[in-house]
Amino acid sequence: MPVPAKILSWLIWLPIAAGVLVLLLGERRIALGRWVALAASLSTLVLCVPLWAGFDLTTHALQYGEKEPWIGALNAWYHLGIDGIALPLIVLTVFMTPLVIISAWTTIERRPAQYFAAFLVMEGLMIGVFSAADALLFYVFWEAMLIPMFLIIGIWGGTRRVYATIKFFLYTFLGSVLMLVALIWLYLDGGSYEIAAMHRLPLGMTEQVLIFLAFFAAFAVKVPMWPVHTWLPDAHVEAPTGGSVILAAIMLKMGGYGFLRFSLPIAPDASRELDWLIITLSLIAIAYIGFVALVQRDMKKLIAYSSIAHMGFVTLGAFVAYDIWQTTGSVSGAAMGLDGAMVQMVSHGLVSGALFLCVGVLYDRLHTRDISAYGGVVNTMPVFAFFAVLFAMANAGLPGTSGFVGEFLVIVAVFKANFWYAFVAALTLILGAAYTLWLVKRVIWGDVGNDGVASLKDLNVREFIVLATLALAVLFIGVWPAPLLDVMRPTISFLVEQLMVSKL
Amino acid sequence: MEVTPMVLTLADVLPAAAEIFVAGAACLLLLIEAIFGSRARDVMFLLAIAALAGAAWITSTVAVSEPTVILYGHYVADPMGTVLKLFAYGAAAVTLLYSRDYLVRRELLRGEYLVLALFAVLGIQVIVSAGSLLSLYLGIEIMSLSLYAMVAFDREDGVAAEAAMKYFVLGAIASGALLYGISILYGVTGTILLDGIAASVGAGDADAIGLLFGLAFIVVGVAFKFGAVPFHMWLPDVYHGAQTPVTLFVGSAPKIASFALAMRVLAEGLGGAVDAWQDMLIVLAALSMIVGNVVAIAQTNIKRMLAYSTISHVGFILLGVLAGNAAGYRAAMFYTLTYVIMTTGAFGIVLWLSRKGFEADALDDYKGLSRRNPWFAFVMLLMMFGLAGVPPTVGFWAKLQVIAAVLNVDLTWLAALAVLMSVIGAYYYLRIVKLMYFDEPMDTSPVEAKIAVRIMLSVNGIAILAIGLYPGMLLRLCAQVLP
Repeated sequence: MPVPAKILSWLIWLPIAAGVLVLLLGERRIALGRWVALAASLSTLVLCVPLWAGFDLTTHALQYGEKEPWIGALNAWYHLGIDGIALPLIVLTVFMTPLVIISAWTTIERRPAQYFAAFLVMEGLMIGVFSAADALLFYVFWEAMLIPMFLIIGIWGGTRRVYATIKFFLYTFLGSVLMLVALIWLYLDGGSYEIAAMHRLPLGMTEQVLIFLAFFAAFAVKVPMWPVHTWLPDAHVEAPTGGSVILAAIMLKMGGYGFLRFSLPIAPDASRELDWLIITLSLIAIAYIGFVALVQRDMKKLIAYSSIAHMGFVTLGAFVAYDIWQTTGSVSGAAMGLDGAMVQMVSHGLVSGALFLCVGVLYDRLHTRDISAYGGVVNTMPVFAFFAVLFAMANAGLPGTSGFVGEFLVIVAVFKANFWYAFVAALTLILGAAYTLWLVKRVIWGDVGNDGVASLKDLNVREFIVLATLALAVLFIGVWPAPLLDVMRPTISFLVEQLMVSKL
Repeated sequence: MEVTPMVLTLADVLPAAAEIFVAGAACLLLLIEAIFGSRARDVMFLLAIAALAGAAWITSTVAVSEPTVILYGHYVADPMGTVLKLFAYGAAAVTLLYSRDYLVRRELLRGEYLVLALFAVLGIQVIVSAGSLLSLYLGIEIMSLSLYAMVAFDREDGVAAEAAMKYFVLGAIASGALLYGISILYGVTGTILLDGIAASVGAGDADAIGLLFGLAFIVVGVAFKFGAVPFHMWLPDVYHGAQTPVTLFVGSAPKIASFALAMRVLAEGLGGAVDAWQDMLIVLAALSMIVGNVVAIAQTNIKRMLAYSTISHVGFILLGVLAGNAAGYRAAMFYTLTYVIMTTGAFGIVLWLSRKGFEADALDDYKGLSRRNPWFAFVMLLMMFGLAGVPPTVGFWAKLQVIAAVLNVDLTWLAALAVLMSVIGAYYYLRIVKLMYFDEPMDTSPVEAKIAVRIMLSVNGIAILAIGLYPGMLLRLCAQVLP
């Protein structure tokens, strides 16, 4: 299949241009604006077909490269290119954005044009983050992304939206600026902002540790890891449905992506020395946050805490590689942890996005997210209940769904490193099932709880399309994850090689 | 010593043609005001703008590619001076344009106002091109006296008079300190010319203790003009008390002069003593960033908030200067120029919002602005994210440059402090965005403005985004004009 020239630039700038167009069309021509937004987001999805089909599965090198001079004085380039860990996340982004736009089709009443525009701009910026091969370009996309998200939560959010969005912005900004200092330091040392050149840069232990910690500040907040996770429940609860979906499905992945793209290859020795820190925090997130999720009364908050616990698997899988290698000497074992981390990211993107959309469906009808306000929804909304239970099962890691693949890979890999790590990680199988199934029991099953639930109408066509698409994706990866793993394999193998070679 | 007779030829004064032109234009306006009074108001306004445009034309015509010294070393024309002057004219012209309606409504648009503005520009020109401490001091006084008078321009306004008084008294003390430092420097080096001082300091001829002593006073003078902590006391009161157009004027073009002052004295004259003044500037920069950003949070008046924001930005500019190398000076220049663009735009919005008998200077006046006028709310949003230093606005590149400059001289802790302070700073800029976008308007009347102001504000906002997406040109310009 012929791949269009400069396909990555198209993917980045097409949605941004469409966003500006929607904004210019304004609120009065929103009927047209909606279609423009949908057409643009579907176009990026179509563009992803040749992107995936034309991807060379035999190399870890950056593909679809574009390199134009950008800022000569700083030796910064408009340099794009993707490898096997960027491609799945880009596809995830372009997959989720049309769904968000469809789900918000008529449910956003205040300033819908600005709403659609914000999501289109976000889409372009997020693709930019995953495809930037120049650290400065990466940082510009990374930070620019905060602006539309800040507005999305602040304008269309719930009652405490101002608090939540400012907290979100400042938290992530604080982490990011420390990363900026590290990037500048690396540039001054190596003379280039090219990420691949930073990978090759020899660094002493002290430098590596400082750089690792600076990156850690940025990515740990984004993931988010315990104890810097507190912005997430607030942001999720207050954000509008679409905001929660993009936040959970894509933005959290950027933390994981950052660890794989920057922390591990740039500071491999510091990562090895400090892997206990990440592993400990990941295990705390998995176990402790799992308990926290159990006691939530707000559906969105419960899913937010469940997100933190699930993202713990991503960081665990990524950083347990050293232990596996040291304990067993097996390189493929180390790769398995990283594979699991990547699959978990994609899977969590789909599942948590779907769960937030489910909550959105209920919220649009009864305008409350309290678990206690529901009960027996299955009686009035059987189709919805089917999807909700399916996604809940995927969240709990039921075999046959995507949630199982990621968690299973990580737990098996961790087992090779240390039994007790695996023991704590496996607690999620119980806790995840507990909080998800209990949520399902209280909301979906049982007798009709009140008049509100009795008056509920089942999914309309629009909602059905969105949830059915997601359900297919979740089942597809659950049953046949091979295409995803094939795409990642050369890049993960190369990443493991990078980890094993000391820079000292 | 043999005395050479003073003979001036045209070639001797040609590089200073723009200064002569502006002085002449100011005098002409004064005459017109005296003869025609307020009838010629609109003509005089156009003439003032034309004078700035003419000065820009002359400056770019007589521009030199190599530093040229005239008037026995007291005046130096160089590429840096050319660029700084052009930006100063631009800032002054845009400032006047933004201010026009406001001044007309309050019957403040009189010839004297324009004359004072032009004289302030003249002072800036002299500072920028100063080749000796004497001409530098002369420039500072021309500029400062014009600014004092502008702050006090509205005789009816007691708060403004108080602000002017504070500004004048504290300014006089700072001038005294500067002059004292200059005299000591003259004493230890035996010359008043900057290149002579540089040679003397570089050769190690000057008495070290005397030099340090003089240097301390000079730094105090520079810090005062910049508004760096702990010499910042005047700044919030002046910004708050002055009429908004005057605040805008004080906040824009004179910042370029402050940068030129630091460059001429510290970088060019005392470049050899960088170790001595670097430590002093570190303290000033760190304190400015901390005090400016933290105190700004507590403000409820946007002019006062922007005043503290200015103090914090001064700290960032000083980061570039204190690096004491070409990359640092370049960063500081880039920061100064882009800061002027951003702050001009921000005050432009404040002016655009204020109407007869109504000052849009309480933060609550910005509530729901995005409902009343989405486009200018967006422009203000760009200004705020720009001042906060969030990409893709130009403010990010300014911060990136100065942070790189201090990292380059191994002041990692200062770089870390700078980025942490920029996070604190982000809070109060975000608050403006919050008011504009997340709150409901208290007053739903649409906001009117002349087409010229609307175009200029739009250009101003787009510039912040456009330079932010492609900062290469401005960076290259700064790199080219600095030695």
